[in-house]
Amino acid sequence: MESEQLFHRGYYRNSYNSITSASSDEELLDGAGVIMDFQTSEDDNLLDGDTAVGTHYTMTNGGSINSSTHLLDLLDEPIPGVGTYDDFHTIDWVREKCKDRERHRRINSKKKESAWEMTKSLYDAWSGWLVVTLTGLASGALAGLIDIAADWMTDLKEGICLSALWYNHEQCCWGSNETTFEERDKCPQWKTWAELIIGQAEGPGSYIMNYIMYIFWALSFAFLAVSLVKVFAPYACGSGIPEIKTILSGFIIRGYLGKWTLMIKTITLVLAVASGLSLGKEGPLVHVACCCGNIFSYLFPKYSTNEAKKREVLSAASAAGVSVAFGAPIGGVLFSLEEVSYYFPLKTLWRSFFAALVAAFVLRSINPFGNSRLVLFYVEYHTPWYLFELFPFILLGVFGGLWGAFFIRANIAWCRRRKSTKFGKYPVLEVIIVAAITAVIAFPNPYTRLNTSELIKELFTDCGPLESSSLCDYRNDMNASKIVDDIPDRPAGVGVYSAIWQLCLALIFKIIMTVFTFGIKVPSGLFIPSMAIGAIAGRIVGIAVEQLAYFHHDWFIFKEWCEVGADCITPGLYAMVGAAACLGGVTRMTVSLVVIVFELTGGLEYIVPLMAAVMTSKWVGDAFGREGIYEAHIRLNGYPFLDAKEEFTHTTLAADVMRPRRNDPPLAVLTQDNMTVDDIENMINETSYNGFPVIMSKESQRLVGFALRRDLTIAIESARKKQEGIVGSSRVCFAQHTPSLPAESPRPLKLRSILDMSPFTVTDHTPMEIVVDIFRKLGLRQCLVTHNGRLLGIITKKDILRHMAQTANQDPASIMFN
Amino acid sequence: MPSLCWGLLRLGSVLGVSCLALSSLVQLTAAAKNFEDVRCKCICPPYKDNPGHIYNKNISQKDCDCLHVVDPMPVLGPDVEAYCLRCECKYEERSSVTIKVTIIIYLSILGLLLLYMVYLTLVEPILKRRLFGHSQLIQSEDDIGDHQPFANAHDVLARSRSRPNVLNKVEYAQQRWKLQVQEQRKSVFDRHVVLS
Repeated sequence: MESEQLFHRGYYRNSYNSITSASSDEELLDGAGVIMDFQTSEDDNLLDGDTAVGTHYTMTNGGSINSSTHLLDLLDEPIPGVGTYDDFHTIDWVREKCKDRERHRRINSKKKESAWEMTKSLYDAWSGWLVVTLTGLASGALAGLIDIAADWMTDLKEGICLSALWYNHEQCCWGSNETTFEERDKCPQWKTWAELIIGQAEGPGSYIMNYIMYIFWALSFAFLAVSLVKVFAPYACGSGIPEIKTILSGFIIRGYLGKWTLMIKTITLVLAVASGLSLGKEGPLVHVACCCGNIFSYLFPKYSTNEAKKREVLSAASAAGVSVAFGAPIGGVLFSLEEVSYYFPLKTLWRSFFAALVAAFVLRSINPFGNSRLVLFYVEYHTPWYLFELFPFILLGVFGGLWGAFFIRANIAWCRRRKSTKFGKYPVLEVIIVAAITAVIAFPNPYTRLNTSELIKELFTDCGPLESSSLCDYRNDMNASKIVDDIPDRPAGVGVYSAIWQLCLALIFKIIMTVFTFGIKVPSGLFIPSMAIGAIAGRIVGIAVEQLAYFHHDWFIFKEWCEVGADCITPGLYAMVGAAACLGGVTRMTVSLVVIVFELTGGLEYIVPLMAAVMTSKWVGDAFGREGIYEAHIRLNGYPFLDAKEEFTHTTLAADVMRPRRNDPPLAVLTQDNMTVDDIENMINETSYNGFPVIMSKESQRLVGFALRRDLTIAIESARKKQEGIVGSSRVCFAQHTPSLPAESPRPLKLRSILDMSPFTVTDHTPMEIVVDIFRKLGLRQCLVTHNGRLLGIITKKDILRHMAQTANQDPASIMFN
Repeated sequence: MPSLCWGLLRLGSVLGVSCLALSSLVQLTAAAKNFEDVRCKCICPPYKDNPGHIYNKNISQKDCDCLHVVDPMPVLGPDVEAYCLRCECKYEERSSVTIKVTIIIYLSILGLLLLYMVYLTLVEPILKRRLFGHSQLIQSEDDIGDHQPFANAHDVLARSRSRPNVLNKVEYAQQRWKLQVQEQRKSVFDRHVVLS
């Protein structure tokens, strides 16, 4: 049973090295004073009857029946609003799970009463699957809309299709018979802007006119995007993944996953991608999918009132988001597991997979690319790779790691600049300047003028006899007339050398521009630019190795494996490996990245090179800094995210971290039945603490429970309005039996229902390693510290984060939220 | 019980709308197999003296090969087999109706949002100033920060009061939305607290 408990609590996290055996963990939980029942129950037989949130959240303490069945408590109505959370606060996972279990118990007991109750229980059991299905459908539909609209608007920068205005370049020339082998893109229905405005298609005048129109469209799309974001939904900017990680770990950001954010993110993502900026749409698609999940979860009371259950739906929704972004359902589930989610029970695994499949199915039936593939980069070659090629693959991994480390440092430095100096005061101007620079520099180079996804596809495609781009301009042996399946390795022609030059310039340009583009105030993702950088580097290395193998085929390593006249090196494979290495270097994903890349490309034979490159890039990147880009942004913003991947290995004790410290004022506590309403209101007004421990009396300092600030204010307000006779000098009673009062004193106020009767406690000599582990595994917000059984102090999540920052020599004042 | 009914009603309406959307989508994709939307594309590389050429034909999937599509055949007799072996033929289909409908939906939503944005930023302040005078404008710009803890409680309890009539509700909802957006704008753009 113990191992089941641990497994259900997210045993996948690998920081669980300090305590290895299951039994000592159980003792730890015992020592904290409460025995928790952590088995995940099935959702069958659940029924949601009422919106009572918080009356019955006393937990089973030592196995006895919960005490809320006392007669006086039954007369109390549930107070609306108790049990909800303020904006920018952390939820209490333990309380939410208890609420859910209470509801489950109540529903189970009522199930046998009548057929109506039975139907209600069935409806509730299936509500989880219904939410996830709706989320998958909505994500797939929105992703299809975004893909089609983005394709069209991107091509709008260069021209327009006169016969049907809604077609992009490729669709316009689809049915035309005038396409030739060398110029597959030209057809008379597609007119560039120069042709329309000045009437001629070639020549310097039309080049300049095309240039000007390109810049005009890019700037207007960027300006539209940033103004829509600023006016309607400021939360729609950025990637969204750092904030979603924080939300899934228990933070509340109201409005971040709302309707307006969803609509604006969808619309402005298309505009941002179409304006030619160096960004992608994968991160924002995850945000869009999570918004859908959040909106649908509000239709079902089981999920709308419980923050912990809602986060299960959000985990599934993020899997659906990655699945439609890449066409990789399994990769999406693994991404949700590895990168985004904090707690990932088995039930969520199955639901995430289902959501990802539904979303992928809907996207496929919309068929945005006209060839029944989900994404653009499907590679179809199956040439083998050789052992000596591992050396350049590992070199690409090193490049990926180095680039990842450089990008994270540079981007965080720039974002910090933007946050604290006056660079950040003009977001609209910043976006326009970045878009202008990008457009001006990108147009002359044919590889940067292309849509980034198309560039990646061109780099991944190997040169066959049917390719005619300048990248495939090899010197052919014209006498070969026999039919061969593979083209042998050939010396490069002039076209290849000029292509390599242009690719090098494109690489430098993209590396620099992405640093400034990630984090501007439009929806911006990071996956596609990183993959483009890696693909360019990989292709250059691939061509270099290919030429080396051709001109020096008598070297030892090539002689073993590459015969003269054989198709030995596939530069497209190097591009794929490079893309995976760069993406791994910047996000530090491992398994999910490999699965995404081989689902993207269909190249199952190439798992070993991919793994080698991804592992190398992760090791090289970790040598410079342990955080990926998302964790670095979380730290930059000061979110209260307790990273499960970091280990805490210092020997401090709980007494060193707890508050109050030596010189601080004493702990603000409430007594069980000695305080009046005025006293409590004064205490709330004078301090800014989020909760107050309740003790029996100031002499004994024995702990009764813990009361939250928000619950206290709401309960007192509601009592003043609804109950008669409650005045400022009424006694507040947290105990079960009111004390005997003189006859003329005002009516006492019973607030036992809002009290948490089983707060977590540790002793002051508990090592901080164990305390950090408890916070991580149980999702606590605060923990009380006792000494010899008497209350001594309190440790909150913010204290823990500050302490960890201090021991890691970072700035502890950067933790802003609690 | 009433909340359950309300929840069921909302669920029913959303399911109905999404069913409608999905069925129309399925209809679109099914109807999209019209004549111009399928093709077989054969790419043939240069061979001997013939330059490379691309052939397109609206043909069914079982007939999608070199012999049916390449017409007129540029080489004669025994060379046909050699020529056709180098050609690569692929069957492609697309849905032009889906593309048209999607672009029209997207552009209409974008247009509506642009109009609303112009109204909010330019037209509404002018109208408000003319109708209500300057003082009301200042009052509506006040931010109700949560410095006092009991302000939050008022906010929370206000939801349980009886609802005003429809027009007031719309106005109230819009005011609340505008306040929310203002708060968001402050945290993101001014104080750089979230989403730096």
